[in-house]
Amino acid sequence: MNETKPESRDLAAETDTDVIIEFRHVHKWFDDFHVLRDINMIVGRGEKVVVCGPSGSGKSTMIRCINRLEEQHEGDIIVDGIELTDDMRKIEEVRRGVGMVFQSFNLFPHLSVVENLTMAPVYVHGTPEDEAESRALELLERVKIPEQAWKFPGQLSGGQQQRVAIARALMLQPKVMLFDEPTSALDPEMISEVLDVMVELAEAGMTMIVVTHEMGFARKVADLMVFMDEGEIVEAAPPDIFFENPESDRTKLFLNQILTH
Amino acid sequence: MSRSHSVSSAVAVSAPRRPPPVRETGAIAWLRSNFFNNIHNTILTLLAAWALLVTIPGFISWAFTEAIWLTDDPKVCRTAAGACWAVIAEKHRVMLFGTFPFDEHWRGVLVIAIVIGMAIVSAFKRFWSYWLFVAWLGAMAVILVLQLGGVFGLKETGTFEWGGLPLTLIIFVGTVVGGLPMAVLLALGRRSNLPVIKSLCIGMIEITRGVPLITVLFMASLMFPLFLPEGITIDKVLRAQVGMILFFGAYAAEVVRGGLQAIPRGQYEAADAAGLTYWKKTTKIILPQALRIVIPALMNDIIRAFKNTTFVSIIGLFDVLGATATALEDPLWVLYAPEAYMFIFVLYFCFCFSMSKYSEHVENDLAKGRNF
Repeated sequence: MNETKPESRDLAAETDTDVIIEFRHVHKWFDDFHVLRDINMIVGRGEKVVVCGPSGSGKSTMIRCINRLEEQHEGDIIVDGIELTDDMRKIEEVRRGVGMVFQSFNLFPHLSVVENLTMAPVYVHGTPEDEAESRALELLERVKIPEQAWKFPGQLSGGQQQRVAIARALMLQPKVMLFDEPTSALDPEMISEVLDVMVELAEAGMTMIVVTHEMGFARKVADLMVFMDEGEIVEAAPPDIFFENPESDRTKLFLNQILTH
Repeated sequence: MSRSHSVSSAVAVSAPRRPPPVRETGAIAWLRSNFFNNIHNTILTLLAAWALLVTIPGFISWAFTEAIWLTDDPKVCRTAAGACWAVIAEKHRVMLFGTFPFDEHWRGVLVIAIVIGMAIVSAFKRFWSYWLFVAWLGAMAVILVLQLGGVFGLKETGTFEWGGLPLTLIIFVGTVVGGLPMAVLLALGRRSNLPVIKSLCIGMIEITRGVPLITVLFMASLMFPLFLPEGITIDKVLRAQVGMILFFGAYAAEVVRGGLQAIPRGQYEAADAAGLTYWKKTTKIILPQALRIVIPALMNDIIRAFKNTTFVSIIGLFDVLGATATALEDPLWVLYAPEAYMFIFVLYFCFCFSMSKYSEHVENDLAKGRNF
């Protein structure tokens, strides 16, 4: 594992401005359980990384480290030039540049759809309310649910809620979007409406890190496929190589399992 | 197990939509389903009807037909077979205002009117904002002026003269207005990551919850002055008020904490991921949801706080119940204590029942359109 160290450093040094996220030898434990083992990863600006792997492999934990919902115990994580440490101001600065979409949507149920969207810009950036509201309506148009603007989250379908969540994450004009299994809690007929929005976002040049098992989506948008198992990155390759000719047996087994049926 | 032997089958049809079948309605159907739906319930219904038939006529003749409504002569009551409601008319000034100077009772009436008026205003959701809290603080200032006097040409009346319903309401409002913010802060503190704040809050809550209210009041009224340096005294009503606030705050804090715990982790994470600061996250995302969940339990504590005001009579303050007990020390009227206490019963019931009804209304109102 040690020989990766100079390599990742060099990669970062050569293409400094094009790198937006970097993991260097990141380790994390949940109590005694070693959940992330020596994670090294670089995400280029505007690129899309799809992370897959069996449940419990640490993929969600890894992307949650990027906006410090989880903290690493060893190693460095650098997001757009800011190193993540205990410093709360730096954490908040990183969070302002990183949008996140969760598996369970996590919309604020006591607020209307528009209020869900305007909350962050109004209270984080001090944007005037009417300005934030018109931006919210624009984004709802973009995720194709302008007619739901004044409803409450509990009145929407899962697919609509997740699209609201995507619009909410876009309100702060993030440089990176993190998706933590965005379609896993959805009924099958709603998955595609969410994936369509994500594909559109990808085509518009957003930097995205997506934890998902939607392999059709991955083939379509990914610049890099990352396969994790038991806390390690087992394989990282462009999608054509990853799907057609994976190196590791563990990857082959996993792909076999999720692509049958 | 060949597939040709399968017995499973289903029939594909095209059935038109239609309304549900009509159910039996009307008074007789209602009676049958609510009172006579089986043999046990029929027996219970008949027993209850018999018990009512036996007791109600007696009560009506005592309370209404044979009762003396108005007289200033207790001897008239003595000859009557029914209740002597005249005791209320005779003693209502002392019952309602205690030892407050007789000519200044209009100030007490104003205090009662302000509290009830503010409570009614607070019941309308459109007035809910931080301004309502400010308005309550303003109302309390006016109430203090009315009760203390000494300014604007009002006769000075010390807190030792306070009593009756105004005192009950002042202590109650003070307890809730002071206790709710304290409860929220204690609940947040108990969940804090900072060990010092956390243990202070836990200690505060557990110690206060671990002793009876009477002990807290005795501490506030008898022991606390011993610790003060000589020459400094703190007003007795104020000390009782602080004791009541602490007691209410500690209980309500646990209720609020229950609400905080019911908020899913995802809400905190979504707020964090959006870059909201701790206070924005708490006041805009977490507390509005947590408090909504605990409204019924919190209302329960508030109603209990209203009834707990009666404890202050133990440390020598004359709340409306204590004042009534004093009024009944008059040997001419002492026989009619049940009637006087009945009046107090109705008074407390009116206050508590309207609070309970109000909380029910708020719950239904908040549940509209937001199914979570």
